[in-house]
Order: sequence, then C-alpha cells, then structure tokens
Amino acid sequence: MTPVQIDFGNSGPERVVGIDLGTTNSLIAIMDLAHPEVIPGEDGDRLVPSIVSLGAKGEIIVGNPARKLLIEAPDRTVYSVKRLMGKGAADIQEELKLFPFRIAEGSESVIRIALGDRTFTPPEISAFILRQLKKNAEAHLGEPVTKAVITVPAYFNDAQRQATKDAGRIAGLEVLRLVNEPTAAALAYGLDKRKEGIVAVYDLGGGTFDISILKLHDGIFEVLATNGDTHLGGDDIDIRLMRIALEDIASEWGEDLSRDGEAVQTLRRDVIAAKERLSFVPFTTLSFEFQGKKYAREITRELFEKLIEDIVDRTLGPCRDCIRDSGVTVEQIDEVVLVGGSTRIPKVRSAVEVLFRAKPHTDLNPDEVVALGAAVQAGILAGSVEDKLLLDVTPLSLGIETMGGVVSKLIHRNSTIPASATETFTTAVEGQRNVLIHVVQGERELVKDCRSLARFDLKDIDPLPAGMARIEVRFLIDANGILSVTARDARTGKEQSVEIKPSYGLSDEQVEAMIAESIERAEEDFNARQVVEARVEADTILAAVDKAKRNDAYVELAEEERQHITDAINQLLLVYHSDDHLLIRGKIDQLNQVTMKLAENIMNTAVRGVLKGTKI
Amino acid sequence: MNYFDFFDLPHKLDVDLADLERRFHALSRKHHPDRFTLKSRAEQQQALDDTALLNDAYRTLRDPIKRAEYLLKENGFDIGEQKSNNVPPELLEEVFALNMAMEEMDRPELEKSRQRFVGMQEELDRELAAKFSGYDASGDRNVLAEIRGLLNRRKYISNLIVTSTLP
Repeated sequence: MTPVQIDFGNSGPERVVGIDLGTTNSLIAIMDLAHPEVIPGEDGDRLVPSIVSLGAKGEIIVGNPARKLLIEAPDRTVYSVKRLMGKGAADIQEELKLFPFRIAEGSESVIRIALGDRTFTPPEISAFILRQLKKNAEAHLGEPVTKAVITVPAYFNDAQRQATKDAGRIAGLEVLRLVNEPTAAALAYGLDKRKEGIVAVYDLGGGTFDISILKLHDGIFEVLATNGDTHLGGDDIDIRLMRIALEDIASEWGEDLSRDGEAVQTLRRDVIAAKERLSFVPFTTLSFEFQGKKYAREITRELFEKLIEDIVDRTLGPCRDCIRDSGVTVEQIDEVVLVGGSTRIPKVRSAVEVLFRAKPHTDLNPDEVVALGAAVQAGILAGSVEDKLLLDVTPLSLGIETMGGVVSKLIHRNSTIPASATETFTTAVEGQRNVLIHVVQGERELVKDCRSLARFDLKDIDPLPAGMARIEVRFLIDANGILSVTARDARTGKEQSVEIKPSYGLSDEQVEAMIAESIERAEEDFNARQVVEARVEADTILAAVDKAKRNDAYVELAEEERQHITDAINQLLLVYHSDDHLLIRGKIDQLNQVTMKLAENIMNTAVRGVLKGTKI
Repeated sequence: MNYFDFFDLPHKLDVDLADLERRFHALSRKHHPDRFTLKSRAEQQQALDDTALLNDAYRTLRDPIKRAEYLLKENGFDIGEQKSNNVPPELLEEVFALNMAMEEMDRPELEKSRQRFVGMQEELDRELAAKFSGYDASGDRNVLAEIRGLLNRRKYISNLIVTSTLP
C-alpha cells in the first residue's frame, strides 16, 4: 500500500483541462507554464481511442484495451458514438445501415445503445471516455480534476452541444466551456505561429467536417464565419472501401460477411490500415483474413482518389459558403491550417490547395492541435492566459415557427456569440393562458426543413382579451452556442414561467439521475477495489505464514501458539471471498497479531545464522 | 442600453469601421464571459448579458443599413416591414419585365434584370451615403424622413435582386 498524499492547501487555483472528445480518438491536455501539453494515458499513448466496451464482469473498458474487444466482443463494444450525440431515433436510420450500433428500445428523442445486456445513451458512453481521460490527467498531475473545456465540431447544433455538456456532467466534470474544434485549432496555431492575419481552418476528422475563417488581431481570435457537415469524415471513406471488399468477398467466397460483427470489425481495421498507408505510398495491398480464408486486393492511390473524390468534393461547398459569409476574398486568406487525421490524405490536401490557392500549413500534428487549443482556452478561463480572447459564432440560424410552418429568423448564422434576440408574443383568443413557441435551427425557409430544437410553453398568462397580452421573450445563445429562453410579461414586468420541452436529448432530471448512478457506481467501483486490495494483502500474509511454518522457529512455538495461528488462518480463509474489505482486513490483523512471536523468532534465527556465517 | 452609447459614440450615421472594431475588441476584452468563468454566478450572468448586448450592438452598427434603421427607430420613425405589394411607380416597367422573364424562364433576360437592379442598389447606396453625411452635419429630421424613404426603396430592390437570382 502506498498512500498518496494529496495536498489541497497550496496548490493554487484549480487546473482546468482541455479535452478533445473526438469521433475516433480523444485527448486531454493542460497548460504547462506557457505551453499546452497533451497528457498521455497509463500506456503512454497520447490518443485514447473513443471506443467503449462492457467487460464480462460488468466493468467498463475504454481506449486501447477496448479496441481489441471491437473484434473479440463486437456486441459489447461501441465506437464513433459521437455520430449519435444529440440525435433522435428517426435521425439515425441512415447511420444504422453503415454502423454496427445496436439500438435498444428507446424514446423518439433519446437513443439507447445496447452493450451486452445493458443499455446506455450516447452521453453516457461519451462520459465513460471522459472519465478515462479525467483519470489519466489525475494520475499524471497527482491532483483531482473537476473542471474542463471540451471541444465540439463548429457545426454541432444545440442538441449535440447539450449532449456533450451532459456527458461532461455525468463524468463528474464541470464543463466551463464548449469550444469549436477549428477555433481551438486556430488558438493553438496562433499561439505558436501566426499572430496576425486571416486564417482558414479546414478540419476533416473521423466523422465530422468543419471549416472556419478567423481574423487574428492583437491576441483576439475572431471567427468571421463557419460552415461544415456533421456527417462527413474518415468513417465515410472506410465504409466505402469496406463495401467494395465485402462485395469482392461475397463473390469470391460466396459468403456475405456484412452481418458478421467480428468479420466486419476485422475488415474495418485492415481497411483503415490500407487507407493510412496510401497517404505515403502510391499503392498498397488490402489484405484480410477470416476463419482461415484470405482476401487480398491491390489498391493504387489513383483508384483510391477516384473512390473518395465525391467525399472530398462535399467539403468544398461548405468552404465556398464560408468564404462568402466571412466577407473576405480567397486572396485575403493568409493561411490554411489543416486539422484532423483525414487531412493527411494527399487528395484532400491538393483539393484544399486548389480551392484556397495556397499551400496548406501542415507542421502541426493534426491529431493533437484541437486538444492543445482546448488547453489554451482552459488557460484563458482559469486566468493563466491573459492576453488571448476567442470570439466565436453560432453556426446555424435560430428561428421560430410562424403561420403556415414558415420560419422567422431571430438570430442569423455566423452571429458572434453570446447573441440575443427579443420578440413579443400575444394571445389569439380571449382568456388564452398558454402560448407555445417552436424554436428551430437551420437555414431553410420552412420548419419541416429545419432542425426542431425545442418547444417553449409560456404558461399562466393573465387572461385578457385576444391580442392584449404582451409577453416579451428573450432568446439568448451563450458562449457555448447553447440557447436559453426567458420571458416576462411586458405589461406587469413580471417574470413569465416557461416550460422547456427539448426535441432531442436528455432532460435535466435524466442527467441528474445518471450522475447519481455514476456516483453510486463509483462507490461500487471503489469498494470493489478495496476488496481486491484486501485479498491481495491476505494472499501475501498467507503465503508468508505458510513459508514460516516450514521454519524451525515454528516447531519451537508452544502448542497453544501454533493452534492460534491455525485458527487465524482458517478465519481469514473463511472471509476471504466476502465483499467486505473491512472484515478481511480485520482477520489479516488478527493473523498478524498471532504470528508476531513467530516472526520475531525467525528474525532472531536469521540473525544468529548470519553471525555464524551459515545460510538458513 | 443604447447601442451608440454602449460604444461611446455620437449618434451619427457615418461610422469609422476600423475605430468601431477597435472599440468592439476592447469592450470584448472587458465584458466577455471568458473573463468571469471562475467568478460568482451573478457576475457570470452580467458578463453574458453585457456581451450579448455588445455583440448585438456591433452587428447593428457595423452594417450601414441596420445602423440607419436603428437610428431611425431611435428617433421615433416606424420602419416596420413594408408589407404592401404596391410597386413603386418608377419601378413598374422593370418589375413587369422581370415577371415576363420569370414566366418564360428566360435566363439571359433575368440576368439583365438582375444587373439593372444591382446597379440601382449601388446608386441608392451612394445616395444614402450622401444623406448620412447630410444628417450627421445638420441633425435635420427631414433628412431622416428621406432616408427612411430610400431604405424602403432599397428593401424592395434587394428583394427583386433575390427574385431575379437563379441558382
């Protein structure tokens, strides 16, 4: 036992960590003096794969150890869960065709994923990843970590942001800020390289694509515009290659492997490896082995580039829109920064170069730059980075439903956040007590083409003739890009009660319940560890006593003393398998007591032996 | 709080955008919620409200049209949505040509219409800029009334530009 002394006294202000909660990998970083540093996990790896598995004993396994289980236990393991954050059942039908997510019976607004015999919501799964990162940081820093900045794709909508915040809360982290990934990257980049000018950040990750254009001036990082696609990334490339291989295999082997979890995950691993090799060599062989059978196919970079052409093209539209919205011309953009693992693909780089008419900047590690930026933002919030300030924007317009299902926009996309808008509502019939406001996000004219965000019910309106009530409603998007709504009666100035019915995601009560459950589980986990430790200690002493019994000193003990030892051993063995670590420790202490004299005798014999120069 | 006052600027229609941006950055540094994360809840809420106001104000003041509308409203002018479908008489001929082109999906004609509208808008913007300076120099409410007329006309023309722009 090595008790760790934690000094809460003079550690100064609490550290705030920066977390990149990625589709494929997650990282945690911290400001170390003037520079952000990624904190490695126990295995020394800086990237924690965003993979979660439910072990046979009900324990949660995260990261590299879970990666193996993706193949060995595909029905208990999940990856790319970020794609499901903030989604409803109807949203994910397309996703289900491509991903082996096992969706359990859930509600329309919240998905539940089955791992073995248990089910979890996407925020809970993400919370497992966050908890692992938190643990890594705590082990590294030797102090508790409770406050974090977490990055999200810039193009994440309100529900997706809320789901990420919920994940943080469930993991026991106070999420001080959600930061957009490209903005975080710009912050890390701006700290290091360029201090002034216009910078475009092109971020193509595992599952999402973002483009942001920023103006850097005197420590202020002002986002001019952002655009993207939350369903576009390296995963799509993998799926395309896998489909081809599965078709080949079906015709070569006469076997459809697409329903076999183990086969699909093995193939996915091999496809990703081939894809990654193609960024460095002109051709490679995709080889796959399953149940003694072999499949191999040579893929040239030329063929690969043809295959992914439309995926790369899909990033260009948002880029053009972003340039237009930013109010700058392509020529005015000083640098393009590449972020995300998929930007290692030469085809992606050349497409970016053609569009922006400039060689993209590649000397930052595209896997780490977002986490590093998150750490810088954490430093800003903690007060340790004083001269920098991020001014971000909302990626999507916010509107309300009006007559005929038409959207009336209140806050336009690319507005700097925090941003607000105030609207006055009234009643349509005499004595009406409620007004329902339907809030949507998106750029389209009709409600049905936008994303429903929530319904706000203005309640207990004073009964008045039609059109007389005047309820002033304030819509406020905070610095995290999350909406809140308050209302007041403009005639009386009284606060008006508003009931929020989010269209997607967890209610506050659900999150609270999950936090409570996770604390309970943490206690369970803690207790389990104590029991394991007590048993290890019992093993040690039992082995020592066993060895001592073969020593001459044992025979020299009185009959009664030997009986005490035998009794104490038996009592310890009796409680050995109990789940009460205090009970086990009590019996260990007892055995320690009754063997004290034996130990002394052995020690004396040993000393005598040494003095005589003989070995015992 | 009044947007001009928040930026400590005179209530005028001509604004130096570089100076406005400098003020915006300085005020952001002062009020932004990032500066108050570890402070009390009340201070955080205040920072959020102040910054939302700052951003809303900056968005309005940096755009000459929105800025003018804001100043008109401040001076008691009603600039509510012009719901009337009445075509301004001087545009009758143009709108008629546009409708014809729309009906026949005549792309070259539509493009010609669009270019004429863009030209009109540019001319209007020059006219507005002159009126802005005129108001700033005189503070004459009659000039504001003229500006309101020009803004309404501009709104109508920008709608025509949208209509005549084909995807």
